[in-house]
Parts: sequence; C-alpha cells; structure tokens
Amino acid sequence: MAANTMPTCEAPKRATETVPTERIRGGRTYLPAVDIVERDDRLMLVADMPGVRRDDLEIVYERGQLSILGKVDPRQTADGIECLRCEYGVGDFARVFQIGEGIDASKIEAELREGVLTVHLPKARELMPRRIAVKPQ
Amino acid sequence: MFRTIDWYTPFQQLRREMQDLIDTVAPEFAPAAVRPYPAVNIYSAGDALLVEAEVPGVRREDLEILTTGNELTIKGRRPGDDENLTFHRRERGVGEFTRVVTLPIDVDADKIEATLQDGVLTLRLPKAESARPRQITVKAG
Repeated sequence: MAANTMPTCEAPKRATETVPTERIRGGRTYLPAVDIVERDDRLMLVADMPGVRRDDLEIVYERGQLSILGKVDPRQTADGIECLRCEYGVGDFARVFQIGEGIDASKIEAELREGVLTVHLPKARELMPRRIAVKPQ
Repeated sequence: MFRTIDWYTPFQQLRREMQDLIDTVAPEFAPAAVRPYPAVNIYSAGDALLVEAEVPGVRREDLEILTTGNELTIKGRRPGDDENLTFHRRERGVGEFTRVVTLPIDVDADKIEATLQDGVLTLRLPKAESARPRQITVKAG
C-alpha cells in the first residue's frame, strides 16, 4: 500500500484572529493559503478557499489594500451527524494584503474555480516594463 | 515497508490543538509541515460514514479514490504552473498526493458515492452490514 505523500510546501490550515472582520455569526475565520505571482503586466493572487461559492465572496481593493473574504457555512451539521474525527475546521476565509500603489484598480478581475480564487491586478501603465530602443547613430 | 498508522487518540487531538495554537500565535515557530495531505474529517451519519476533505484546485479527473476493507485511499494532483514565474509568496501546495485513512468501521465498498464541489470532496460510505447497530431483544426468562 502506498504511504502518505503530499504536495510540496503545504502548510496546515491556519485559524486567525487578526483579520479585521466584524463577525456576526460565531465560528472561526481561517487564513487562505496564497501564492502571489508577478508577471510583466500584472500581479496575480491565487488563494485556496475551498467551499466558497461565487456569491459568498467579497473582494475589495482600496488604497493599495486588497481584502478577500469568503463566507463558508458550516457543513455536516444535520441532526444525527456526529464527528468521529475532525482534522480541520470549517469557517470563513479572510485575508488582507498590502499591495501598494501602481495597480490599475479599474481593471482588477477575479475568477473562482474549484475553490481557488484568482485575482488579477493589472499594473498601472507607467509601471509596465517597456523596451527602450537605442537610436541608431 | 513503512505505513502511517492513522488512528485517533485524545493525545493526537491535544497535539493538534497545541499546533493550531502555535500556528495562530507564532506561525514561524511551527515545524515544517509533515502532516498528511489532505486533512480529512470523518463523520458518522446513521448507516453511513461521511468523509470530507478540502482539495481546492484538484480536478475531478485527477482524483482517485480506492477502498479495501476499512482502508480508504485518496489520490490526486494539485496543478501548478510549469512556467518560470516570479513568486512573491508561495504557500499553496503543488504536485501529487496520497492519503491513506483507516476508517473506524468497515464500509460497503460497492456503494461509495463521491462528490466534488467548490474544492470540497465528500464521500458517502455506507457502513458494512456487520458494522451497523443491531437491536438485541432480551428473551423473557
């Protein structure tokens, strides 16, 4: 039988108290694991938010700060269901990033697929790399 | 060959809670992750077991679920970019994973149902006939 193997650099799910979210319901808030990737024309933020549906997602970019919040309702809570062994908790995902200036806020786009959120943050025009041609003599 | 024995004790729960605490207040203090992936939650729901795992980004066709007796295996692959990208931060796992879970009771392997929705895998495993509770009538003496 195969032994347990895991993807590289996978950290455990982390609960957080530090995200400034006003909670109305009880429960814990978790930090989604994220990748931040830079391309020539944009930054891409990729966040694992399993169980979050499109309608339950809130993304706000304001003065260089990007907040993502995904609401997750408790699962498997029907009567007669009993947890025999629970390795992870279920709750909202929230995280705030300081992206800095230089993002064209009007062109930010986001997509959600199989519990993975991708936010595209296009760079402002003046920050795009450009090729400078050397004039012939 | 080595195998991970996957049983549950209160000490493991204590350790997990301590780890959660450390992860929360001092994440830099936490040791490199060696825990199996994905984490699973196991529920008893009447005459079935429910096994749930968070596998964001994993596609249905990349998942493989096997059972033998009371052993459940979840195999899959988390997609990653093969391009040479500049990462400012990299926390998400990439690559193949295999998780072997010893179920607390025997299940009927022929009737397992699996659903994958928004990155959450849910398996419904009917308990084996022999593992279901039985009413024992005490005969009048």
